[in-house]
Amino acid sequence: MQYMLLIYDNESAAGEPDDAEMAKWFEVTQAMEAAGVLRGGEALHPTTTATTVRVRGGETVTTDGPFAETREQLGGYYIVDVPDLDAAIEWAARLPSADRGPVEVRPVMVLDQG
Amino acid sequence: MIAGLIRLCDDFSLAEDVVQDAFSRALERWPEEGVPPNPAGWVATAARRRAIDLVRRAQRFREKAAVLQRLEETELDVNPVMLHGEDGPHDDRLRLLFTCCHPALSMEAQVALTLRIVGGLTTREIARAFLVADTTMGQRLVRAKAKIRDAGIPFRVPVGPALEPRLDAVLSVLYLVFNEGYATTESEPLVRSDLCDEAVRLARLLMELMPRQPEVRGLLALMLLHHARRDTRVADGELVLLEDQDRARWDRAAIDEGAALVEEALRQRRVGPYQIQAAIAALHAQASTSGDTDWPQIVGLYTVLERIRPTPVVRLNRAVAIAMAGDVPSGLALLDRLGEEGALDRYHLFHAARADLLRRLGRAESSRSAYVRALAVCSHPVERRFLERRLIEG
Repeated sequence: MQYMLLIYDNESAAGEPDDAEMAKWFEVTQAMEAAGVLRGGEALHPTTTATTVRVRGGETVTTDGPFAETREQLGGYYIVDVPDLDAAIEWAARLPSADRGPVEVRPVMVLDQG
Repeated sequence: MIAGLIRLCDDFSLAEDVVQDAFSRALERWPEEGVPPNPAGWVATAARRRAIDLVRRAQRFREKAAVLQRLEETELDVNPVMLHGEDGPHDDRLRLLFTCCHPALSMEAQVALTLRIVGGLTTREIARAFLVADTTMGQRLVRAKAKIRDAGIPFRVPVGPALEPRLDAVLSVLYLVFNEGYATTESEPLVRSDLCDEAVRLARLLMELMPRQPEVRGLLALMLLHHARRDTRVADGELVLLEDQDRARWDRAAIDEGAALVEEALRQRRVGPYQIQAAIAALHAQASTSGDTDWPQIVGLYTVLERIRPTPVVRLNRAVAIAMAGDVPSGLALLDRLGEEGALDRYHLFHAARADLLRRLGRAESSRSAYVRALAVCSHPVERRFLERRLIEG
């Protein structure tokens, strides 16, 4: 079984974590690695950078911001490595569910842990 | 320059990011501060500083002291050609325009960014034009720029099938800027009329950069033809109908230019909604009196437009044109069918048009009740006064 842990936090209150908190994040991450349970995980840029993609009648419609309605639930995720947002939107629009429910595209922060 | 940075940082996307960032800063600051004596050097320095910042930040997670040291010690080779690219889709202004009008940004942000970064207006000027506080506009711009950077919105003009929807988005932003200035008849009219001038200027720039796109030409023509009537649309704070406007005071040069642009665009044989609307505006503007207006041809153009864009407002305009061409009962029948569909129920101009046709057919009672319905859904004070006058004059 694999589980995706979705980390919710108050973006506006939290701000950037200080060094002490970052050390704790790394500590837990390393513990997961040592236990052999870690399959993947990333920090996301805040929701102000999100773009929502829908396909309506074959046409790709993009809007600024995250998907906020509650009727659909997050059902999975891909991490794609592409040059820019346009390429990511193209992939999002090709997903079979895109003409039913939206796909939120969030840039992944790249933090090299070394 | 990018090649030099990639060599130094071992990171292609970082190098590209910082150069792009430096260009955005340059295009943001130079209009205010003037172009520095060594523009290429300015960009190179800004890119290098940004790279140092970013690498320093990443250092919290990994020691990149070696890279940092190399960056700090080395002067970059600069390639000044990058600053003067005027070759079509590679032109930096064009790329900036497509970046600012990216549909992943909110429409408000697209408009503000376009005026700020491509148009060179100050944050204060944009805030005043859109009647919001300076700080609100400032935040909107900061957030939009952060999204471009963090979400990886590319600094590029799309090619192939991706171009058309993206060009549509750019044209919508320019038309929205124009309409924002045009639709207002009160509240700081001078500032707002500047928005029209700015939209025309940006459309001219876009036409220079994309001469083979007939819709760009069509949009510029449409703006010029509307703008030509700017001095006659309002008198003493009251709205003046097209048929009552003083045609001698229309801007003849703008009309001639607009009409010539429409013809050029239509010769390219790729018709689109802006070209058709411009052609209609040209027929209105070129009629020497309102009675001379070529209504049958306007009906034909609306028929083509309705085929491309079958929106309720286009169908409303076509129905009115049919009535003006002499067949009032057919026009009214089309309006009644639209009315049954209900889409224009809250649109005062629909009820006003219907009232006018009823009046022409001598159905005074029905006409009056249509004016009352128009008033019920109209909130603009100048337009309300106009409708009230029509209601009284019957």
